[in-house]
Amino acid sequence: MPETITGAEALLKSLVEEGVDLVFGYPGGQILPVYDKLYDYRSSIRHILVRHEQGAIHAAQGFARVTNRPGVVIVTSGPGAANLITGLSDAQMDSTPLVVISGQVGANFLGSDAFQETDVVGITQPITKWALQVRRAVDIPAAVARAFYIASSGRPGPVVLDIARDAQVGEIEWTAYKKLNFIRSYNPRPTVAPADIVKAAGIINAASRPLILAGHGVTISGAETQLAALAEKAGIPVASSLLGLSAMPSGHPMFKGMLGMHGNIGPNYLTNSADVIIAIGLRFDDRITGDTARYAPQAKIIHIDIDSSEFNRNVRVHSAIHGDARDVLMQLIPLIEPASHEGWAAEFDRLNSIEDEKVITPELSHGGPLTMGEVVDCVSRSAADGAILVTDVGQNQMMSARYFRFACPRSIVTSGGLGTMGFGLPASIGAKMGAPDRTVCFFSGDGGFQMTIEELGTIMQYGTPVKMIILNNNFLGNVRQWQELFYGSRFSQTPMVNPDFCMIARAYGIKAEAVADRSGLASAVERMLAHDGPYLLDVSVASEGMVFPMIPAGRCVTDIMLSRTEMFDPGQSHD
Amino acid sequence: MIPHQQLFTLTIYSEHCVGLLNQVSIIFTRRCLNIEDVSASRTSIKGIHRLTITVWSDRDTMDKVVKQIEKRIDVLRAFLYTDDDIIYQEIALYKVDTAKLMKEQYLESLIRHHGARILDITPDFTVLEKAGQPWETEALLEELEPFGLRQFVRSGRVCVTKSSQEPLNIYLQEQELRHQALEMRQSTTENND
Repeated sequence: MPETITGAEALLKSLVEEGVDLVFGYPGGQILPVYDKLYDYRSSIRHILVRHEQGAIHAAQGFARVTNRPGVVIVTSGPGAANLITGLSDAQMDSTPLVVISGQVGANFLGSDAFQETDVVGITQPITKWALQVRRAVDIPAAVARAFYIASSGRPGPVVLDIARDAQVGEIEWTAYKKLNFIRSYNPRPTVAPADIVKAAGIINAASRPLILAGHGVTISGAETQLAALAEKAGIPVASSLLGLSAMPSGHPMFKGMLGMHGNIGPNYLTNSADVIIAIGLRFDDRITGDTARYAPQAKIIHIDIDSSEFNRNVRVHSAIHGDARDVLMQLIPLIEPASHEGWAAEFDRLNSIEDEKVITPELSHGGPLTMGEVVDCVSRSAADGAILVTDVGQNQMMSARYFRFACPRSIVTSGGLGTMGFGLPASIGAKMGAPDRTVCFFSGDGGFQMTIEELGTIMQYGTPVKMIILNNNFLGNVRQWQELFYGSRFSQTPMVNPDFCMIARAYGIKAEAVADRSGLASAVERMLAHDGPYLLDVSVASEGMVFPMIPAGRCVTDIMLSRTEMFDPGQSHD
Repeated sequence: MIPHQQLFTLTIYSEHCVGLLNQVSIIFTRRCLNIEDVSASRTSIKGIHRLTITVWSDRDTMDKVVKQIEKRIDVLRAFLYTDDDIIYQEIALYKVDTAKLMKEQYLESLIRHHGARILDITPDFTVLEKAGQPWETEALLEELEPFGLRQFVRSGRVCVTKSSQEPLNIYLQEQELRHQALEMRQSTTENND
């Protein structure tokens, strides 16, 4: 005989059925029935009590990005749900699977402006993959199954279940839980058209200057091995987007660096020399293309993506292959003729060596105050292989993406598309909980750190051993950089008066130390990494530090600034 | 250069669920596209709903809009048409003063000429109905204006395609096969376990 349970319990049972053992949340009035039942389920579902709902969702994002499983968030109605908006939008932009459960007022109060009522489905529909209000207990298991299926399949994304109080307290006869694997209006794993594969193989086999652009889709589909196989077989240099970092180890000989506004010179500049571009799970974001009218004008572009709405969205492509990156590459590789393009690949190294000389070496052997680059470099060298980089947004993000070295997949957690300051601290908590055996190094600026600084309380409560490094320049550094370069050094509202971050950390029981100069850096980093627990380093860096190279917004990918005064000149190719 | 602007008709087939219209309209909102008219109805297939939307835009933008609409989970298919591809109609209702209308000596020929019909007559007002293309309902509107037009309303466009193919049916058959294949694969895996 089926057992009769409440909707709240059906929700928790459904979560367990979906393999959930960790959720991030914050209780409140309209989700109380769920929290009450959670007390009985505390041995199977671990709940992390954050200090602000925004912290819960960014933590869930960090968890999802390192585990490839949906992050789960539970919040109350009204303000609880509204505080998730930034994270939902961020997860939607960066294809991060989330299942968000919000309480809602009772069904007969809906639309009455009841206490803590807000139109959650209405406000989240534009920034989620799917959102649904559940009003009856009997609908909960099917809604949860649908939510997990949608969030984690195809191009992943955030899903919202807005559960009215009636559904939580109502009763349901629990029968066997059924996972979902089919929705007729949604095909997350399209069959790859053989004709598309053949056409693309022909283009690649005829290429003399091919270039692979690896995006987040490589990581999401788990196509890292296939990416390397294609690059090695056909001798194709690989560049990655910010979110595509770590899909190929930084030290792989075919890996030529990061694309984008602050990417490496080789891949950015040579985008416009390539005759064939193979973009894998990458959406040609404007931070990568610069001026699209002058982007890769002579290249045939092959675009592999699971989301067909990305084809021809930002740039025109010659060959679109709709499918999962791994499926596509596995079918493509056998048709690819072995090749090597040594002269072409060497051109990347030549241009990157100019970057080494003009940008990287000066950044790493600066005589004056500490630079952001050398701090990241020092941490990256000292951290164990397999360390995960979590960043906030701004100069700290670009510098750590540029100077951190990646050994294995799923090693970067950063807010790419939305560029959410305050993302990093909670995301580092979720990343560490998702990958407890890996070192998590979180780099932040002094600005972003204060946007979600309250999550130090979460770190304290759970003893989450994240390594936090503040690259402290007492400025909103990225905006400062733009003001200096493009707004006549009028530093409007960017200087910051900061608290003593170490004292704050210690108030939360977190070990902390300040690093003021070069001589103290390496040993402080060693102590941080050796410490068995959370640790904060507040590192004073040059306040006028700039991230170079830089392709100014809207300019061509070959218009690269090396410094405040010098533009990049490619010199003579040895080809 | 401003791309060539023309009137497009979209037909969107979806599951019949709460908030579907919002899911579609936010895609227009994001791109600041003004919807000219919209109609929603059931289709010949039980459980499947249909929106018909007209909008002035350019081909490139609309191709992207259609793909973004199809990306919504509850949307089955969306199709983009220009007027050449479809047979379309709309319906207009006109409420006029009966007294003024009766003074018109050519009333009967006016109604006949426009292919309109009388839906209701009271001593106070008369309601006329006309189905047709926008310029036709517009023409009757102009003629009736001297008679003290009290209310005028025009429905959104409804249309059917001129093509003999029924792409929605083909899509549904494909999905049914996809479903069967999934079920078969699942039962094979279970048997092997």
